[in-house]
Amino acid sequence: MAGSEVHAPVLLSLRVAALAVAIVFAAGVAAARLMAGRDFPGKDAVDAVFTLPLVLPPTVVGFGLLFLFGKQGPLGRLLDSWWGVSVVFHWWGAVIASAVVAFPLLYQTVRASFQAVDRNLENAARTLGAGEWRVFWSVSLPLAWPGLAAGVVLAFARALGEFGATLMVAGNIPGRTQTVPLAIYAAAESGDNRTALVLVGMMTLLSFTVIFWVNRWSKRRLKRWMPDEAELPRQKSSK
Amino acid sequence: MLVAMLLLFALAPFAGGCGRGAGKSGQNTAAAPKEITVSAAISLKDALEKIKEEYTKEHPEVKIIYNLGSSGALQKQIEQGAPVDLFISAGVSQMDQLAEKGLLEPDSRINLLSNELVVVVPKDSRKVKEFADLAGPAVKKVALGLPETVPAGMYAKESLVNLKLWDQLQPRLVMANDVRQVLTYVETGNVDAGFVFRSDALMGKNVKVALAVPDGLHKPIVYPAAVLKNAPQKAAAREFLNYLASPQGMGIFEQYGLKAGKK
Repeated sequence: MAGSEVHAPVLLSLRVAALAVAIVFAAGVAAARLMAGRDFPGKDAVDAVFTLPLVLPPTVVGFGLLFLFGKQGPLGRLLDSWWGVSVVFHWWGAVIASAVVAFPLLYQTVRASFQAVDRNLENAARTLGAGEWRVFWSVSLPLAWPGLAAGVVLAFARALGEFGATLMVAGNIPGRTQTVPLAIYAAAESGDNRTALVLVGMMTLLSFTVIFWVNRWSKRRLKRWMPDEAELPRQKSSK
Repeated sequence: MLVAMLLLFALAPFAGGCGRGAGKSGQNTAAAPKEITVSAAISLKDALEKIKEEYTKEHPEVKIIYNLGSSGALQKQIEQGAPVDLFISAGVSQMDQLAEKGLLEPDSRINLLSNELVVVVPKDSRKVKEFADLAGPAVKKVALGLPETVPAGMYAKESLVNLKLWDQLQPRLVMANDVRQVLTYVETGNVDAGFVFRSDALMGKNVKVALAVPDGLHKPIVYPAAVLKNAPQKAAAREFLNYLASPQGMGIFEQYGLKAGKK
């Protein structure tokens, strides 16, 4: 079939997944930091709410989002009266759906790695006069790095493959909101196995490349922050 | 750092002018094309795309945007205020629910299309010549859509109940999530026969229609269509609906195995 049937969904999927992961990264790290810290009343309930999208079927999440962001929905009305925009049938709807569904994966992974950070190291930084921000950026975050990278990979993979919630909120509009999973659905449903297979191939290649690349990059990054024992003496002697 | 890179990656395509909002499509000026959004059952995809091609040749000022999915999901979107002009449902109940909520433009609802229920078998199979063969010794498995959610499955169940074969066939029935899955089972020879619509049977590869199910055995198969009360482009949507129901529109639907709906 025509080239636009393949490259339009691929470009859209990339843009949607990347934006969703950017949102999830900021929100997820903040939430994970909060939840890995001190106990507060209702903490377990908040944790459950943050994890809920992982458990609920995506179409149910989609229906919930449609309810929130629809013309009659509370958030939908807010967006409409403030900026006159609507995310229903718009690719921003796909971003929101992907972000919500991918959030728990990043949040849970990052939270676990924050909790695994040795408190003594953070306290040591504090005794040396570092403020809370400095402790977070120079100690906690680098130590939690492997978890962060894993969270990003998982969230990206989940966002890229999002189908159910996206179909409900953004619709399945070719060239506008039709991401790769929706395009595969539409092609398979009308018996166009060739387009479906090409898209499946593109998607596999794409996911592989991104995951491979993020893993490589985070490993290099990790080395820079935490030189392993073999490299330590050499670095010292060069100073 | 990672965030910055992701953002860069994400924002790059914006330069290409991707800000056109579907939500604001209603307020076009006279010069811009009129956009009508049509939510339709995904089983109509190929026929509708062909019709869009023909229609925009005659009406270059109109841009048709399809939103394709299951009728139930499309109905939910409309109930939540999605900006849809025209709805073509594969089932009557979804349209009835919208009508009850007062979301349809009065007098615009028509029975646009009808379909025929058929029994398909693998191309070289001679096992099924009449309905009784389904219960005979040569047939091991029969596929149909889950009656609760798949319209073709619902009609198949009704027909089998009326043929007094439903109870007898129980052990050999295979329930599928959609008609496409039924076709795949038959194409790959994993079942000996399957119930699908005639329009679906035309899309199948290596399958043939063994039997047509007489209309009297089940409720009429109807695809209702209606303009929505909150349609941003009511007049253009009505015009397009008229075209769909016209001899030109029906001519295209018939190429895809569909029939005009009974009034």
